[in-house]
Amino acid sequence: MKFAVQLNASPYHSNAGLDAYCFINAALQAGHEIVRVFFYKDGIYHGFRYATPPDDEIQFNRDWSALAAEHQIDLVLCISAAQRRGLLCADEARCQGKLDDDLAPGFRLAGLGQWLEAALLADRCIVFG
Amino acid sequence: MRRPPHTGAHLQETLDMILTTAAFDQQVSILFADDGVLQLKTGQNPEQRHLKDTAAIFTALELYDVRALYAETESLSARGLAVADLILPVEMIDRCHVNSLMLRHDVIVPD
Repeated sequence: MKFAVQLNASPYHSNAGLDAYCFINAALQAGHEIVRVFFYKDGIYHGFRYATPPDDEIQFNRDWSALAAEHQIDLVLCISAAQRRGLLCADEARCQGKLDDDLAPGFRLAGLGQWLEAALLADRCIVFG
Repeated sequence: MRRPPHTGAHLQETLDMILTTAAFDQQVSILFADDGVLQLKTGQNPEQRHLKDTAAIFTALELYDVRALYAETESLSARGLAVADLILPVEMIDRCHVNSLMLRHDVIVPD
């Protein structure tokens, strides 16, 4: 089955991010396909390259990046929600005169059309948070 | 929609999803339930607190041909509201019919 996943919650506000991550792993193990993971609203906070939680806590950005690398999963952060929260890609950072790009590896920034496309391509849409 | 108005950027981002969906020629319905019915209440003055005038975005829904608006009867009456207190025309729907409304849609986005 094809799943589209949307994640709206930040890493530290609730367990929604962990639930999404575990669901995706379980779905992949069971042979399902993840069409796309769309990070929206406070879910944007999963995609910050420099988030550095203490060593004994979940390292979400690292885990998502590893998941994307291992399973070629499309991790998309909503571009307008990201800019609102201060997460800029390299191009946008340059345009805005900022020094660095904050995007963790394996993520990309795109518009809500990508969320809609995933929702239409998938058999099931699941929203976390 | 189940959340009250003026609680962060939540509503703006939800409305962006709705407008994007409508812009891609998909049919969209919105169900207002629980405190979500307050989103449509007339006479809000959010600008006084430097908050976004969300009523203006709601009225833009019509431009995108989003006209299937439902408000749960029980949620309205529990808050002392009637259809006349709302900024947009909505169809009242009893709680016992919400399930069949959802079944008529392919994708449900909880909010």
